[in-house]
Amino acid sequence: MSGLRNSIADTLVLAKRSLLRIPRAPDLLLSFTVQPIMFVLLFVYVFGGAISTPGYDYVDFLIPGIIIQTMSFGGFVTALGLSEDLKKGLVDRFRSLPMSRAAVLAGRTLADVATNMISLVVMIVVGLIAGFSFDAPLLHIVAGIGLALLFGYAFSWVFAFVGLSSSSPESSQAIGFILIFPLTFVSSAFVPVDSMPAALQTFAEANPFTVTVDAMRALFLGAPAGNSIWGAVLWSIGIAAVFGVLSVARYKRAISR
Amino acid sequence: MEALCGVDLQAPVGTVLGLLGPNGAGKTTAVRILTTLLQPDAGEARVAGLDVRRDAAALRTQIGLAGQYAAVDENLTGAENLEMVGRLYHLPKGEPRTRATELLERFGLQEAADRLVRTYSGGMRRRLDLAAALVAHPPVLFLDEPTTGLDPRSRLDLWETIEGRVAAGTTVLLTTQYLDEADRLADRIAVIDRGRVIADGSSDELKAQVGGERLDVTLEPGADAEAAIAALETIASERPGMADGALRVPVRQRRGAIAEAVRRLDHAGVGIEDVAMHRPTLDDVFLTLTGRAAERTDDEGDGEEER
Repeated sequence: MSGLRNSIADTLVLAKRSLLRIPRAPDLLLSFTVQPIMFVLLFVYVFGGAISTPGYDYVDFLIPGIIIQTMSFGGFVTALGLSEDLKKGLVDRFRSLPMSRAAVLAGRTLADVATNMISLVVMIVVGLIAGFSFDAPLLHIVAGIGLALLFGYAFSWVFAFVGLSSSSPESSQAIGFILIFPLTFVSSAFVPVDSMPAALQTFAEANPFTVTVDAMRALFLGAPAGNSIWGAVLWSIGIAAVFGVLSVARYKRAISR
Repeated sequence: MEALCGVDLQAPVGTVLGLLGPNGAGKTTAVRILTTLLQPDAGEARVAGLDVRRDAAALRTQIGLAGQYAAVDENLTGAENLEMVGRLYHLPKGEPRTRATELLERFGLQEAADRLVRTYSGGMRRRLDLAAALVAHPPVLFLDEPTTGLDPRSRLDLWETIEGRVAAGTTVLLTTQYLDEADRLADRIAVIDRGRVIADGSSDELKAQVGGERLDVTLEPGADAEAAIAALETIASERPGMADGALRVPVRQRRGAIAEAVRRLDHAGVGIEDVAMHRPTLDDVFLTLTGRAAERTDDEGDGEEER
């Protein structure tokens, strides 16, 4: 019996379980599709006119940023799902089974990648309709999409930790948003960083969102990349690793509520 | 905080051990330790010969757990739930589906097999939960308050299913707040209070301690109590006595006791207002064993929950 093969099999069983939920509770689907559309339209047509982005049309500037924001929030389904599993005793059932201890978390976060892909496609299509255009070789565009999904995956682990640590599904969602919202806005996602006050600029420049959004602009629009692409990859891997370890430790001690 | 202390129990293969106690007594803690969900701070426990600490992974292949709160996924169908559990037990290819079909049929859920569990009734969920615990034919089954909150009909169904599993050789650890449930299902009953075993024995032994079932006979005003006692003495297991304005008659045999009592009293010319069978409850057990009522509050923080 191969431990690794079983772990992968368990993860896939649980990822499938998470994905089956989507067509059955279609309200969640709204947050993957309609919400990104609303954000794109809101920023392009309402705020966009008032934000100056030298060198770029606002829609071109925005799409890489808003994709990264949306990817980072995609993991809220993991927080919600884990929190519900704890509440309903399913975590007890899973922990009493001879299955991989990491699979419940790995399955959830893997399912998020699939839902993030849906959001990504929706946003690119809406972006193109609103006037966005790629300005990079296909290979770079594909790499950018990969980077966005990787970043989303890393934040799924953040949400996994939040879901296992909060007292109810509702609070897990609230805590996740409170943690991530400031990070997304104090970054280069929606406005040029040099338009901010000095203190915020310092924060924004160190912010993994800025690094990753800059990398996305390099890959989608041919903007100068600097070290942003490797920086972004390292940030994602680092976040996934740290919160992966924290979440598994938390899961092992988790007590159903 | 000690949730459990001085709990020393054994269940031979193919028998049912009942853990009887009020909320907060430590029943769920015991189950959580034995199913490896919780690490004990001290002490030793073995399930199917495997140590809960050292052999946890192997132990989990030998057990099935059905909980107080039906732990099934509401957004999957009944069949999908059981298949998922079968896959997670790493049953051979094809087996999870076969087992799911088999179990759904046995639990009378075949009609609902392809319906989402969120459309199931409470009783159906419990049955599915129990079916999930049986997917891998585990030799040891843990049932944590399997019938709490069920209607009488579903309760009876579940009891019959559990009896069927035991007849097939499964060893069961059952926790319950209901004396009648422990009485019906368990070969041995351990009464738990504040994390300690305060009594341990067969149902009969326990009843001998607590005082079994009794008839409460309310006589008409002015009726001759002595004549009534004389009339009922032969069906009583010990001498009837007056308490709270009623005649208390401990009975050996519940069946036919009411009819027999009425016949005898009628024959003796004693007028009666009411006859009722009183079956001992958890409270009676506690009152007898500890001199106080069973505590239903959850102030010991031992992982038992009220919802």
